[in-house]
Amino acid sequence: MRLAWREVLLAFRRSPALALLSITTIAFSLYAFGLFGLVAINIKAALRTIEDRVEIRAFLVNNAKDEQIQAVMTAARRVPHVASVGYVSPDSAMQRARAELEEFRDVMEGTLLPGSIELRLKEGARDPEVMKQIAGQLQTYPIVDDVMYGREWIEKLYRVRTIAGIAGTGLGFVFALVAVIIIGATIRMAILARTREIEVMRLVGATNGFVRLPYMLDGLLKGMLGGVIAVLLSWSTNRLVSRSFMQTEFFTTEQMLLGVLAGALIGLLGSWISVGRHLRRVWQDR
Amino acid sequence: MSGILRLTNVTKDYPRSGIALRDVSFEMKKGEFVFLAGHSGSGKSTMLKLLAMSEKPSNGEVRISGFSSANIKDREISKLRRRLGIVFQDFRLLPDRTAEANIAFALEVTGAAQATIGPKVARLLTQVGLASKATAFPHELSGGEQQRVAIARALVNDPFVLLADEPTGNLDDRATHAIYLLLREINSSGTAVVMATHDISLIERTGLRFLVLDRGNLMYDGTDVARLRADMRGGGR
Repeated sequence: MRLAWREVLLAFRRSPALALLSITTIAFSLYAFGLFGLVAINIKAALRTIEDRVEIRAFLVNNAKDEQIQAVMTAARRVPHVASVGYVSPDSAMQRARAELEEFRDVMEGTLLPGSIELRLKEGARDPEVMKQIAGQLQTYPIVDDVMYGREWIEKLYRVRTIAGIAGTGLGFVFALVAVIIIGATIRMAILARTREIEVMRLVGATNGFVRLPYMLDGLLKGMLGGVIAVLLSWSTNRLVSRSFMQTEFFTTEQMLLGVLAGALIGLLGSWISVGRHLRRVWQDR
Repeated sequence: MSGILRLTNVTKDYPRSGIALRDVSFEMKKGEFVFLAGHSGSGKSTMLKLLAMSEKPSNGEVRISGFSSANIKDREISKLRRRLGIVFQDFRLLPDRTAEANIAFALEVTGAAQATIGPKVARLLTQVGLASKATAFPHELSGGEQQRVAIARALVNDPFVLLADEPTGNLDDRATHAIYLLLREINSSGTAVVMATHDISLIERTGLRFLVLDRGNLMYDGTDVARLRADMRGGGR
């Protein structure tokens, strides 16, 4: 193991430009992947904020009695997807309207707004089908005059989320694949620069595992360094965007560690594939 | 003396370039010195590759030190290599390491104990007559000296067979003779040597056993130098 580490350091020292190129390539591949990840988590966060505002509002008839209202609210609370149920009395509705639409204050004099029951749904249950089903259930109560939940708007939001999810998975996969290919190629370049050493190792009877070890460590180290640089670059970019344009979310500590680990794994994978191919070739040529 | 390597009806057929060896059989005894003679493309290097188990024969069997080409596993090949020494015409030294570092590298990668490496490298450099050039880089050495370093490297595992593929091909007459004498000295201590060469005069001077290969066919196996000239003149491309 000591020899393997020494060979790794020697390779860095002997061809620093190549080592730097490998690390930079890995870093930028993962950076591109990281930027895409940041866009994805921020789109998701934005959609979550919008979804939090989603509610179903059941407008009540004017003569609805308190016990009837309570009965509807109790029934609504029992629905599994419902997170909270609230009652807005006609007076509260009027106060809210006056506060929100101050310029129409005079028009509203003497007008009576209907009372309503407001339902908020749990996260993950805000899809159009669930909302339609709950709205239909509410509509069956005689004291419910009308139910509104912005059907078209909800359907559009849901469509955007689905498209973003599919596009995100697809593009993420493509980015990861490109990163693996680029990293494999850079590690292969490093291996080609050390063909003679591999050859000597094989000639004197080093095992495949022994020949592989320095390259695996090399890939691991470069992958990890590339991963760390990619996280730092992503962090800088995120900070710049947050300061200059809009407040954005960044990766959690676990996600950052996962990024570095992904770099290390990609480095290992690239090395494994490249050394394997090279070992087979040396074997056949000699 | 007992047989340490044997080729039995060995044929090597490359899919692209055709047959490199055709139905070749020969046996070698412990501590023997054998030349492989023949022109370029006669099959000398292919035979050495087969002996090092770098390649497997298309037909027949190569048996060396108890390992058979018919059933040797990949991980056993590295075990076999530790019992062989291999040198090439182009030396194949690591250019950015000194003579002693080149030899030490071979010991390190085969797992030699750290404490034994220094003394063994010094002993090997003395054996090949390069004790004073231990810290020289390959480009600071002559061709003959580089080949001596390569031979020292091939001896790190105390091989029972040394395979030499045209080791004097890049050297002048004086250096060629010196390398031959070094190989003979190694041979006299019990290591068998298979040396591929197209240097007829060298073989003639030694009077040792030689095999003549021509276009993959084994033309002669013996010590009659008259046959050597005849076969070499008759063959070739």
